[in-house]
Amino acid sequence: MSFNDDNRRRARALIERYPNSRSAVMMLLHLAQDQDGWVSPEAIAEIAGMLDLTPAEVLGVCSFYTMYKREPVGKYVVSVCTNVTCLVRGGPELFEALGDHYADDPDVHVEEVECLAACDGAPCMQVNYDYHLNLTTETAIDTVDGYKSGARKARGVSGGAVGVASGGSA
Amino acid sequence: MPVRRIITRRIHERPDDSWTIDAALATGGYEAFKQALGMEPEAIRGEVEAGGLRGRGGAGFPTATKWSFLPEGSYPRYLVVNADEGEPSTFKDRMLLECDPHGLVEGIAIASYTIGCNTAFVYVRGEFALGYDRLVAAVEAAREKGFLGQNIQGSGFDLDIVVHRGAGAYICGEETALLSSLEGFHGMPRIRPPFPAVEGLYAKPTIVNNVETLATLPHILAMGGAEYGAIGVERSRGTRLFSVSGTVNRPGNYELELGSTFRELIESEECAGGVLGGGQVKFFIPGGASSQWLLGEHLDAVLDMDAVMQQYGVMLGSGAVMVYDEHCCPVRVAWRLAKFFAHESCGKCTPCREGTGWITRVLHRIETGHGRKEDLDLLLDVGDNISPGLNAPFSQTTICPLGPSSVSPVVSLDKFFRDEVEEHVRLAGCPYASGARS
Repeated sequence: MSFNDDNRRRARALIERYPNSRSAVMMLLHLAQDQDGWVSPEAIAEIAGMLDLTPAEVLGVCSFYTMYKREPVGKYVVSVCTNVTCLVRGGPELFEALGDHYADDPDVHVEEVECLAACDGAPCMQVNYDYHLNLTTETAIDTVDGYKSGARKARGVSGGAVGVASGGSA
Repeated sequence: MPVRRIITRRIHERPDDSWTIDAALATGGYEAFKQALGMEPEAIRGEVEAGGLRGRGGAGFPTATKWSFLPEGSYPRYLVVNADEGEPSTFKDRMLLECDPHGLVEGIAIASYTIGCNTAFVYVRGEFALGYDRLVAAVEAAREKGFLGQNIQGSGFDLDIVVHRGAGAYICGEETALLSSLEGFHGMPRIRPPFPAVEGLYAKPTIVNNVETLATLPHILAMGGAEYGAIGVERSRGTRLFSVSGTVNRPGNYELELGSTFRELIESEECAGGVLGGGQVKFFIPGGASSQWLLGEHLDAVLDMDAVMQQYGVMLGSGAVMVYDEHCCPVRVAWRLAKFFAHESCGKCTPCREGTGWITRVLHRIETGHGRKEDLDLLLDVGDNISPGLNAPFSQTTICPLGPSSVSPVVSLDKFFRDEVEEHVRLAGCPYASGARS
């Protein structure tokens, strides 16, 4: 899908920050993903147009990085760490339990991720890139359900952080 | 007392709002930058050199020396901050971003003034949404207070900071891959030379420094290089943040004087408080996933970047210390590390792209009961193709150290746990999973 007017303005401001416009490609992909919940072929084409790149060049960057989703994944990305600290504090078991619990829920995408740099709170997960620490299966499900019910406010699917530091406001 | 709070002081003094400009200004924030603006850049570099500051990202290269590699008279030049913290079990830079972003902004300002940079970039790991928000807010607040922008504090010095987000790629923590990524390409490493100091971002002279390294600068100037450099041992001066995790009572970040010991870090009450349930350290990974391992009998090793390499062939690396008690299976840990490196290999160099996959698959079959007697030797042979000689510090057939890092767990298994690998093969399964060992 195309950028809405606000996001198109944000996109232009982001491009302005860099000496070379191509540098903005990752930020624009985040912006598109936060708007649409994934990076659509239309978004790739639009970003390519804004940066004077080919869609293939933008797709190439997009597919290199694991945070970008090239198909719709639902409203909530639940990232569960199973790396070597979470490994010995219940991370793999948590990942499996959440995957089973939300297997048929189209709003919840449970994924196994590498170390989230929150090992003092292992096992840990992120929901749309907000941290939740020292989890059990029960507290993790409560947390995700809290987002689903609206009791917790979720960031965008790309973390919702596209502020424009320097070079003008968004 | 090994704990010494220098770069964590603000976080401890203002736990509820340490990330705000008010807390920063109330705790001496930007005073060192103002002091710096009245100094000659070469004098600042001299203080940093006297403080003995070495990079806190992993490689431990002397910061002032790195700065001196910039070719004279070549502008523009850039400072790029490596905030792409992804080394497994390292969580110190995330804490600094979230809890003391002004400490980083001030460090960036001092470094930029010193090296003559007017645009600095911060490459923040994509998953650090809160850290990104807080850093962006800190940059804006610093601008409003006149610590960034044009003609800062009437000095004639201009500085802008651009905060950039990654998107999930460990390899971008490697400085040349980071620069490729920041330029809008795949995050793949480049062959050095040319080194970034000569030809870095947009082929301009570029210094890449780690978050903690930069956050240390205001304190070196405030204390004076000589006083800061009086802390520590040998060529490891000052304090460092250590991220302790695993089967310990109080996992967390601890700032210790270099020259303390792993025992103080892992067992003392003011740090991690020992192993869960009063157990023993079976083995630990002393400096991030890329390092080789140590055993409980090595806890008295000193936190000295050079000594641990010379005596034990391990690194202090990123300062991540992962502790495993007697219930933890070393083969399972090695397999999970291998899986990580295979997942994060960018695919540019064949030995890493293919080798990390082979190491993962062979370790997996050992852990799941399909191992063969010759498997450990096979692993060493694959490892030798990535890192010939299997030594530390390692040699490499790859552009960057990711591939050789994946060999460290294999070498550690061979060195310390050959019997346990053989036990897995003999039992056709993991003795920890079956209860034979726990």
